Amino acid sequence: MSDRASSPWRPATEETPLVRRLLIGSVVVVLVLLLFAPLATVFTEALRKGWWQSVTSLAKPEAWSAIRLTVTVAAIAVPLNAIFGVAAAWFITKYDFRGKAFLITLIDLPFSVSPVVVGLCVVLTFGANTWVGGLLVDAGYPVVFALPGIVLASMIVTFPFVARELIPVMVEQGRAEEEAALTLGASGWHTFRTVTLPNIRWALLYGVLLCNARAMGEFGAVAVVSGKIRGQTATMPITIEMLYNEYMSVAAFTLAAVLAFLALLTLGLKTVLELRLADQLAATRHL
Amino acid sequence: MARPMFQRSPIPGLAISAGITLTLLSLVVLLPIGALLLKGAVAGPERMWTEVNTPRIWAALWLSFRLSLLAALFNLGFGVTLAWVLARYRFPGRRLIDAAVDLPFALPTAVAGIALTALYAPNGTFGMLARDLGLKIAYTPAGIFIALVFVGLPFVVRTVQPVIDEIEREVEEASATLGATRSHTIRRVILPMLAPAALTGFALSLARAVGEYGSVIFIAGNLPMISEIAPLLIVIKLEEYNYDGATAIGLAMLVISFALLLVINGVQVWSRRRIGYV
Repeated sequence: MSDRASSPWRPATEETPLVRRLLIGSVVVVLVLLLFAPLATVFTEALRKGWWQSVTSLAKPEAWSAIRLTVTVAAIAVPLNAIFGVAAAWFITKYDFRGKAFLITLIDLPFSVSPVVVGLCVVLTFGANTWVGGLLVDAGYPVVFALPGIVLASMIVTFPFVARELIPVMVEQGRAEEEAALTLGASGWHTFRTVTLPNIRWALLYGVLLCNARAMGEFGAVAVVSGKIRGQTATMPITIEMLYNEYMSVAAFTLAAVLAFLALLTLGLKTVLELRLADQLAATRHL
Repeated sequence: MARPMFQRSPIPGLAISAGITLTLLSLVVLLPIGALLLKGAVAGPERMWTEVNTPRIWAALWLSFRLSLLAALFNLGFGVTLAWVLARYRFPGRRLIDAAVDLPFALPTAVAGIALTALYAPNGTFGMLARDLGLKIAYTPAGIFIALVFVGLPFVVRTVQPVIDEIEREVEEASATLGATRSHTIRRVILPMLAPAALTGFALSLARAVGEYGSVIFIAGNLPMISEIAPLLIVIKLEEYNYDGATAIGLAMLVISFALLLVINGVQVWSRRRIGYV
């Protein structure tokens, strides 16, 4: 009792100011060491030899082809995964069937598999020495060490992202609105476009953003299937690795800074979208 | 059959949504993972065992597992603390920290890898400080630990934070009214409520760490028997065109991650039952 008498009054459901400051302080220290300092390092290392060096390193054909390849991969993998995510969320939330939990487990499977194992799986399915892969190589469409393999590996790794964001939102919103639209004579497609899509747009955008960030940054799975052919199958992360191993530190960190900037943009948009999503969920709940 | 496979629904689109879902799931996820299992089955368990059963591979699997467990334990403690600080305290920079927690999800692993290496290498900012203390971080298992903590950081925070937001203050007030000290309330009332969510985050963080590659290989040093992780060995085997060897390690890692998930699911079911809510 004596310490309580000496310190100012405080509610019984709060920690003492000392404990509070200690907790905040230790959290900040760990985050600076592990999160903020590495992020800052990416930019300081990129600019170590001045702006001009960094900009010219980006203008090299190697960097350009890496950026083009990464954008191409994301432009194919992300829309396909978005279509899958919407279809899977619709299938799972609008119908009742047995084995739903098992289906969700299968969709989430890529989260618990190492990216390197994902790459290995692609090589074992479509590699030149497999049955399917051999046929495709003979036909002139190699998968491994070529664009299709990189797209497939990126798709597997980011497969659950959109579906995972959509399913909870669509469960929360239920089926009543769609059923009302259908009763009033709207077609299925019309109902989806004018009733469902506006309801899920923020969650969909959020899922697509996460999917895109991961697809552009995927390293382990792509490293296994890409073959790392300079100017052809080296994505941005793969090129970062090659430059770094060749002690081209400025070039490596400049390319890394481009991806880090993209990550920051993703986080910023995500924060905005979360606020929207929270507003929307609150609005539907109170209706 | 007690319950029909499908219940009739007035909502259209069943065929197309089920078609897209099952086709893409089969082609993109099930076929490649099936190929791994098939490859292992064709080669036979004996061949797989001889491929895995070498000191170098055991050392790598044990290193990956041990450091992942340590990193996930650190993230469990730190994640619960951070979630508590973010949910309960108001201080300048709170929103910035809240947004930054997800950075490891958004930042490509290769970028994180070279940044952490630059910082913790003997000539880096933190590496120099550590060297003055007689410690070496990068190119040792300590460096791997740091990379694994980084990639697993958001999981526990993001699973625990919503649960803290839901806790009714009345529960804590009741505990205090009945004479419990604050630390007693935290240990006996609050932490048990957070346990299932925290364990989920721990499991996710652990599963992520066991398979992590990009952020680790730069900082690890990759010395066989000392700082070589299991995923790197798969890459090495593939570069040697030893597909059986790569398959064997891949299967071993799949077994480890599924065993982990099973154990942790069991713990979760147990803790939920003990606390008495789902």
